[in-house]
This record gives sequence, C-alpha cells and structure tokens, in this order.
Amino acid sequence: MNSNLYLMVIGMCLVTYIPRLLPLLFMQQIKLPAFLERFLRFIPFAALGSLVFPQVFFSAGVENWFPATIATIVCMVLAWFRINVVIVVLAGIAVTFFVTKAPLPW
Amino acid sequence: MTPHTFLQGLRAGIPIAIGYVPIAIAFGLLAKSVGVPDQITILLSLFVFAGASQFMAVQMATSGVFVSEIIFTTFILNLRHFLMTASLGQRLEPTSTPWRFLLAYGVTDETFSVASLQKSHVLGKSYILGLNLLAYSFWNIGTWVGLFLSSSIPSSIQQSMGIALYAMFIGLLMPSIRGSSKVLLVVVAAVIVQVLLSSMGWLSNGWRIIIATICGAAVGALLFREEESPHE
Repeated sequence: MNSNLYLMVIGMCLVTYIPRLLPLLFMQQIKLPAFLERFLRFIPFAALGSLVFPQVFFSAGVENWFPATIATIVCMVLAWFRINVVIVVLAGIAVTFFVTKAPLPW
Repeated sequence: MTPHTFLQGLRAGIPIAIGYVPIAIAFGLLAKSVGVPDQITILLSLFVFAGASQFMAVQMATSGVFVSEIIFTTFILNLRHFLMTASLGQRLEPTSTPWRFLLAYGVTDETFSVASLQKSHVLGKSYILGLNLLAYSFWNIGTWVGLFLSSSIPSSIQQSMGIALYAMFIGLLMPSIRGSSKVLLVVVAAVIVQVLLSSMGWLSNGWRIIIATICGAAVGALLFREEESPHE
C-alpha cells in the first residue's frame, strides 16, 4: 500500500502543478484578443462568487446553516464598509461560534 | 500604491494563514485517524498544497479506491487554477521563466484571490512570492500540528473556524462589488450558475466552480466592451 501512496502523491502533485504552471509559462508574451483579455480580468470576481456561494452556508456543518448564514451576513456588512480582512475573518469565526452556542431555539 | 515587496506579500497573507491553520490541523488529524502514514500526509501538504483534494485523497486512499481515480479527481478539483493563473499571468510584472515555475507552485484559491483583488493592475513577483510563501508555510505547519496533536480541538471551535476562508473571500469581494456595478453583475451571474448547478446535484464542486467562473467572466466580457479595467 505504501508505494501506491507515494505514487498517489506524485500523481496528485503533477496534475495540480501543471494546470497552475502552463498559463504562466505560455501566456506571457502573447497579445490576447480584447475579448479574452476582458474575460480574464473578470475571472477573479466570478471565481470568488462561485467559491463562496452556496458553500459558505454549510461551512460549519450542514446542521449549522443558521449560524453560518448569520455570520455570512455580518461579514458582508463589515466588508462593505471596507473593514480589514483579518477582522472580517475573526468576526466570521466568532459569530458562527457564539450563534451556535447561543441558547435559542434553532 | 503598487504592491511589490516581499514584506507586503507576507502581510497580505495573514488572513490566509489564519484560515489555513485550523483546516490544516483538521487535515493532519483526519489523516492520522484514518491510518494514512505520517510521511504521506506531510508529503501531500508539501507537494500538492491544495486543501480539498488532500482531504479527498486521505479519505479515498484508505477505502480501497484506485490511485488513478484519486489522481483524476484531484485533476478535476484543481483544474480551476488553470483559469486563475491565466488571469494572474496577465498582471504579473515581466518575470523570468524560473520565477514563473516558482510562483505557479503557490497558486491556490486564496493566494490568487488576495493577489487579484489588489488595486494596482501590475503585480510584483516578490509580492506574490511573499504571499504564497506565508500561505504555504502555515499550511504545512498546521499539517504537522494536526499530526502531532495528542487530542482533537473541541469540535465546536473547529466547526466555527470552517467559515474563515469564506469570510476572507467575502472580505476581499465586497469592496470591489461596492465600487463597480459590473463586478456586481459578474458575481451575481456566477453565483446564479453555481446555485443552479448545485441544485441539480449531478456535478462535483470542482466542475461547478469552473463552469460558474467561466459563465460569470463571459457575461462580464460580453456586456462590458469598453476598455476600462474593473480594478479601478
């Protein structure tokens, strides 16, 4: 089983690293068509949206969707006012923790 | 202000470190509990550096799944980084090939997001290296802590920390949404696609993120033809 697991690590390393590497190697000097350039500029925002929703609501376990939802709203409000990201992260953890612990009927 | 120094990169990595440590600890604990040898767990964090696929691997490895299947699932799960590095590459300052090999190694959802949502269009290589290195270090430190922790962290605390990276993504995204209705529309389009695909339930999250990201970015590229950058 052990040699198989080493093989697994090597394989996982390659299939993870190669997609991370290829665009950086081959797209450096090329002048891209305007459409593709705009497309790539919007990638971060589209990626963030699809990384967060709907998964964030189940990030404290499926049964704790309510505390996670409250924490999500708090984070969105704080971030709207451009509060430092570290504080948004800590607030998210704290709100999830305290709402989960709160003796209320959810 | 152009973020270009190594130190600025390290500082920008702090919220990632906060988010990574509890997840990496949980990874170490899980790997140990399902009987994966310690050296394999350590090697996974050193050489793969991709959270979700590492969790998947240790769970599947001990349940008799073929290694080839684990590798293929990892490929699908991490393919979205192709889109991310393609986007990041457009903004990287002119850099030699060895540097590109180095910087590509540390691209994750989190490092990509922090770097991409910097105000300045051009990103310095030292800045990205600092950012990636801090994230990588804490991911590996957390893995070790998880492996050698004698008892588990209370589950309520661990559960609450599951939101950390999502909170960071929200913290990065909201100011951009506030500053640009185009960004808002791109985000809403991507989220709608993601929610629709999730409710259908026949695609893995790896595929869903890829498809939703492509759709959202395509909506932006199709609708907003003028040459201004969404970063302003």
